Amino acid sequence: MNQPGKTAERLAPWIAVVVLVVVWEALVRLFDVPSFIFPSAMETAQALITYAGPIGKHSWQTLWTTVIGFGLGVAVGLVLGFIVGSSRFLYNACYPLLVGFNAIPKVAFVPILVVWFGIGSVPAILTAFLICFFPIVVNVATGLATLEPEMEDVLRVLGARRIDVLLKVGLPRSLPYFFASLKVAITLAFVGTVVSETVASNQGIGYLMMSAGSQMRMGLVFAGLIVISAMAMVMYELFALLEKRMTGWAHRGQQR
Amino acid sequence: MSAAFVSFDDVSLAYDRSGNAIEDINLSIHEGEFVAFVGPSGCGKSTFMKLCTGLHAPTQGKVQVDGNPVTGPLKISGMAFQNANLLPWRTTLDNVLLPLEIVKPYCHQFRKRREEFVGWARKLLATVGLAEYEDKYPWQLSGGMQQRASICRALIHQPRLLMLDEPFGALDAFTREELWCVLRDLWEAQRFTVVLVTHDLREAAFLADTVYVMSRRPGRVIEKRTISLERPRPLEMTYEKPFIDLVQALRAQIGEVRSS
Repeated sequence: MNQPGKTAERLAPWIAVVVLVVVWEALVRLFDVPSFIFPSAMETAQALITYAGPIGKHSWQTLWTTVIGFGLGVAVGLVLGFIVGSSRFLYNACYPLLVGFNAIPKVAFVPILVVWFGIGSVPAILTAFLICFFPIVVNVATGLATLEPEMEDVLRVLGARRIDVLLKVGLPRSLPYFFASLKVAITLAFVGTVVSETVASNQGIGYLMMSAGSQMRMGLVFAGLIVISAMAMVMYELFALLEKRMTGWAHRGQQR
Repeated sequence: MSAAFVSFDDVSLAYDRSGNAIEDINLSIHEGEFVAFVGPSGCGKSTFMKLCTGLHAPTQGKVQVDGNPVTGPLKISGMAFQNANLLPWRTTLDNVLLPLEIVKPYCHQFRKRREEFVGWARKLLATVGLAEYEDKYPWQLSGGMQQRASICRALIHQPRLLMLDEPFGALDAFTREELWCVLRDLWEAQRFTVVLVTHDLREAAFLADTVYVMSRRPGRVIEKRTISLERPRPLEMTYEKPFIDLVQALRAQIGEVRSS
């Protein structure tokens, strides 16, 4: 039972990726899967290089629509979460509605959005927004709503108004929840954008994969998949880093 | 004896229809007095604190503090609980300063007089032995230190009434006795009025001038006992016979309440 060292711990995710790629390549070769069904890792890599230009263009489209949708989600999620979390009445009133809304598959919204805004970037941005604001609202609201009653007493007896309590205690307290939700929200936002692009766009990675798929160019489809997940991972790590910087006090176990 | 600082006249409080949490409370506490409430759990000791500080209005009777009826949160009081409830994103110093950011008139002067306020906080922290921990975060402090900071926070705005709800309940025996002495010294120096809710009889007898024994729910005051032990009281006194007899008498009384 020897503990893996620090270096091994840092390398672990990369090793996992390499293993996955090797297994992928080996399985495809072993069973001789035709490349129009399941391309090998090599073929996918080749497609990535050959089509680097178009892939770059389309992924940029996907990235910025996602980021804008996500930004909207953060803004709306924060405000809505603050409002919902600041009063028990609103919390009880709005929570079931929010849950109900969240349960609707967001792909169902895309046709509506297309009718309203036409195909293109707008439905993609809005789908990303719709799918990603919910975790933010819930996390911020929960952080505010679960304030310790004793802490509230300490402040109320000093004559603190509700807004004082929320700003001095509630908001800082819900920040770790907020930053945790950003990580979930950014990956969801990618899902939203790509779903919308596959259905109603002529730009973006979603569109690229759709049209490549219809031409049986599976190498390119898989290249698209890999690019999406790479972008999502980078963004996730970015927000994980931000979370650590902003709310280090909530992760003290790792600092000691 | 001076006029009553806190007075309760036939006070009852029911949170809901399930009956009174406390009932027919009549008592008066004079300024600078140290009183302790003991009783079985669920006897409404914490309810008493809420009434006293105006966080709750009585359903019956009258609560007066400093000659005026209590109508809302009483800003001349500070509170500390069993849970230190320090804010984890603030340093010890900033935690202690929190009340000054909220309570009038300090909140409006906070920016201008910050240096001065920080001075108060440092002095207070030094008296409870936390001088070197000002810039540490709560999770870097032990339970006892957190509780010291919590008491400092309750005292920083120089309240005339200090409410303590089982403040030492979660500490180990040695730390608890240490903090008794901290509280004793703070009180000896500043002579604010203290209401201490506890179920530790030794704690009540060691610290208080007057101990009120409460019955089971609905909580009533069934005994008022004046502790005439000489002050200042050294900790060693708690191992001597008069003190032990006193605690045993209180213990017997609580036993009766529980079995009735």
